[in-house]
Amino acid sequence: MTNEEIIEKIRVTLAEEFEVDIEVIQPEAPLMQTLELDSLDLVDMVVLVEQNFGFNVTGQDFVDIKTFQDFYDLVISRMQGAN
Amino acid sequence: MRRVVITGMGIYSCIGTNLDEVKESLFNGRSGIGIDPIRKELGYFSALTGILERPNLKKLLDRRQRLCLPEQGEYAFMASAEAFKNAGIDKDYLEKHEVGILYGNDSSAVPVINAVDIIREKKNTALVGSGSIFQSMNSTVTMNLSVIFKLRGISFTIAGACASGSHAVGMGYFLIKSGMQDCILCGGAQEVNPYSVGSFDGLSAFSTQENEPTKASKPFDINRDGLIPSGGGASLVLESYESAVARGANILAEVVGYGFSSNGDHISVPNVDGPARSLRMAIKDADINIEEIKYINAHATSTPVGDLNEAKAIAEVFNGYKPYVASTKSMTGHEMWMAGASELIYSILMMNNDFIAPNINFEVPDEASCLLNIPKERVDIEFDSFLSNSFGFGGTNSTLIVRKFKK
Repeated sequence: MTNEEIIEKIRVTLAEEFEVDIEVIQPEAPLMQTLELDSLDLVDMVVLVEQNFGFNVTGQDFVDIKTFQDFYDLVISRMQGAN
Repeated sequence: MRRVVITGMGIYSCIGTNLDEVKESLFNGRSGIGIDPIRKELGYFSALTGILERPNLKKLLDRRQRLCLPEQGEYAFMASAEAFKNAGIDKDYLEKHEVGILYGNDSSAVPVINAVDIIREKKNTALVGSGSIFQSMNSTVTMNLSVIFKLRGISFTIAGACASGSHAVGMGYFLIKSGMQDCILCGGAQEVNPYSVGSFDGLSAFSTQENEPTKASKPFDINRDGLIPSGGGASLVLESYESAVARGANILAEVVGYGFSSNGDHISVPNVDGPARSLRMAIKDADINIEEIKYINAHATSTPVGDLNEAKAIAEVFNGYKPYVASTKSMTGHEMWMAGASELIYSILMMNNDFIAPNINFEVPDEASCLLNIPKERVDIEFDSFLSNSFGFGGTNSTLIVRKFKK
């Protein structure tokens, strides 16, 4: 899977899970505010990542994630690490 | 002490998913029982069950609200939305007044099973997801509905086995009667799925007359062989008379008596004394002449011992006077945690539309049911008062008496 394909899959998956228009998911947009996430939703992010990308994250992994680009980078780096 | 009236009702059951559909089913004696093939695959003795579809809530509730709501909570939401609408209570009223919620619920099996499956497989509790805990607790219905409807009064769950819904109404009646609350949403909810009643099936408590599903539930008939699990959601808006008048509400009926007892006996086998004491307490509380009660909505689930002992208790308490006695479970199956609330709604629909629904599939009485006046066909009759029984495992008994409102 190319980086572009991973990013597109992230966008589709987040839009479906959190019921937002996919167009609001842009690299520099703030992730928490755009998806209107609270502390409970971060648990669902953990589930979403495991089910769709095959690796485990914890709430701690999200501390430094501010934008969607940060999240793309996290997923891509973990998936590349797994490969 | 204040008078307690019912100003709204809502229902989601296997004989209809709103008041109008349910009224038609009761009027025509229509059964909601069918076969769930998955239960056979799972090794159930009986695949008989109430058949109902889960509502599509995507346009009605947001993601977080849906995520925290289990199956029976969905039914309860639909019933409650109808009940508030029926009562003429809107969001604005709920924001400005202390409306409470007391709901009967005594299991939430599927979320628990799903969570345990994930924990065993993944060894990571975070992968259970954020909604599971709120779906799993016994109080799931009251915690969810109090948030969804923004209720600000009393809020807790009554777990009283198959009398849960009836006790919930009884508790609401007490709190309003005493002046502690003005308005409470009372009800009962019951999940309907192949996993929640497997252990119940294992006791051989369910009817195995699968060849004609709609004829399998036959309360009081000598050939009954067990109950049929069912469920849904049933909600009633209970209110003080003063509150109803102040709102200009349409009063549907009045709760006039509540009785209860515990058998203090066997965990699953009912007796006669406990139910009889519950009946007598309700009659005393209502301060009613028993001959004013024209209809008894029996608990009768179609089990051999349960129906026998309830028939004996009714015959003993009514002592020669024979009101109509029928079990709507002949059509709905046993709605368990929900039954006490749904059967009040069924009975009020009958009372306010001048008929008594038939005890379908009743053909041959046994030694006790022969003492009762059980209608095989619908009875078209005006009546002003009825009594509703609900009994549960452990020997918990609840009896409510309701009558048409008169100033």
